[in-house]
Amino acid sequence: MYLGPVLVTFAVGAALIVLFFVPHHQAQAVNAEILEWATIVYAFALILGSISLWNTHARKVRHRIEGWPYSLVTMITLVAVTGLGVVFGTAEGTAVYAIYQSVNSPLASTMFALLAFFIASAAFRAFRARNLEATLLLVTAVLMMIGRVSIGEFIWPGFPAFTEWLLDVPNLAAKRAIAIGVGLGAVSTGLKIILGIERSYLGRSN
Amino acid sequence: MSWAQRLLSVDRRIIFVLIGLGTAIPLLMPVNLPITVTPRVEAAYQTIDTLPEGSRVLISMDYEPDTMAELNPMAIAIMRHCFRKKLKVIGMTLYPAGPGLVEPAMKAAAAAEGKTRNVDYVFLGYKSGFQTVMIGMGESIRQQYPVDFYKTPLDSIPVMRGVNSYAGIDLVVNLTASSAADYWIQFAASRFKKKLVLGATAVMATDYYPYLSSRQLLGLIGGMKGAAEYEKRMDLFGDARRGMDAQSLVHVIVSLLVILGNVALFASRRSGGDGTPARPLGGPR
Repeated sequence: MYLGPVLVTFAVGAALIVLFFVPHHQAQAVNAEILEWATIVYAFALILGSISLWNTHARKVRHRIEGWPYSLVTMITLVAVTGLGVVFGTAEGTAVYAIYQSVNSPLASTMFALLAFFIASAAFRAFRARNLEATLLLVTAVLMMIGRVSIGEFIWPGFPAFTEWLLDVPNLAAKRAIAIGVGLGAVSTGLKIILGIERSYLGRSN
Repeated sequence: MSWAQRLLSVDRRIIFVLIGLGTAIPLLMPVNLPITVTPRVEAAYQTIDTLPEGSRVLISMDYEPDTMAELNPMAIAIMRHCFRKKLKVIGMTLYPAGPGLVEPAMKAAAAAEGKTRNVDYVFLGYKSGFQTVMIGMGESIRQQYPVDFYKTPLDSIPVMRGVNSYAGIDLVVNLTASSAADYWIQFAASRFKKKLVLGATAVMATDYYPYLSSRQLLGLIGGMKGAAEYEKRMDLFGDARRGMDAQSLVHVIVSLLVILGNVALFASRRSGGDGTPARPLGGPR
């Protein structure tokens, strides 16, 4: 049933792997052309995402699902900002630029800044030395939190060097192991998709 | 209720107030705590500092407002360094909300060092797709960016003369809060053999330490601390150095809260409790 998409996946996947390693100019020209297609596909994904966003919120507004006024605001904003951007552009002095600088940027920064408050509260309530592993994590976290900021050096001049050692030795060893594992996993998953063994991207789990 | 249980049940709004004060007071009354430049930031600095005059530096600023507190000061410090060394800066972003931050940052850095757009720097703008843009720029920058952010054709921009792929670029700098860094390492550094320096948020910086020892990265600037170190190295007093006092105090407060929470837990258990907080005092938890 899925032979067509699987064959397309195999052909494109195999071709891109080969083209990645072939430096010949004609091979690279083909590669560049496929990349151009990919850029266009990305652009369409943005349109698809916008339509999906619209449909989701339109359904909420239509059926007056809880929080529907927020959905209405989202829809109005989507249309207004897109329209203003398409008609007047996004450069300095335009409406989209002003909206970005005075609404989007402060709101996004605020949302992220709120994390500091919730992390502090969560750390106080949940960061407990319940066993050896948790105790090690807790001690390391406290040392890193103090040692990686200016006050650490103020408290003890050796703090920065100690935290550097923590980062350069135990941390690096663990990160290398994880990176190698992730790399091998990515190669394995890629091969499974190209060879048609993994087909969940077609909408089925097997 | 024992003191330990009382402490474990503290209203979270008290913690919020502590964090708020810990952030606001040092910003209003800075004490300028000492900052040591770490080897990774020094390596990033030296990589840029040793480039010959007129070298082209591609800086991809792949971040949005949520992480601008960490990455914007880094971007401004690096660009100012480039301008001081008379290097040509080619700016770009792979994030749709990036231009609104990157363009003002480039203008601010250029204005501070008396540099001119198109002569000393160019802003290419936003392009969608991480890997495709990075690989595509290895073939032709003009294919990916026929015009710059201001719709000027690249051929008529002096900075871009003779630059049509990574071959015309001497150093790539990526400032990011996302997996864009992985792709820059894979493509710009590994495939196209370009020198690469990374600036990342503090939370993700440690993920990239292995690439320093493999020399796929020549320098790594991590978080606001890294940006503050870079500013110190350049003898600047920018937003990162201004923010370090606040970050220091907040880290101390969080550390003390964690320690206090654990002390209270042990005390509660010793007095026969199970360490479970009692009803919160006066508000939601």
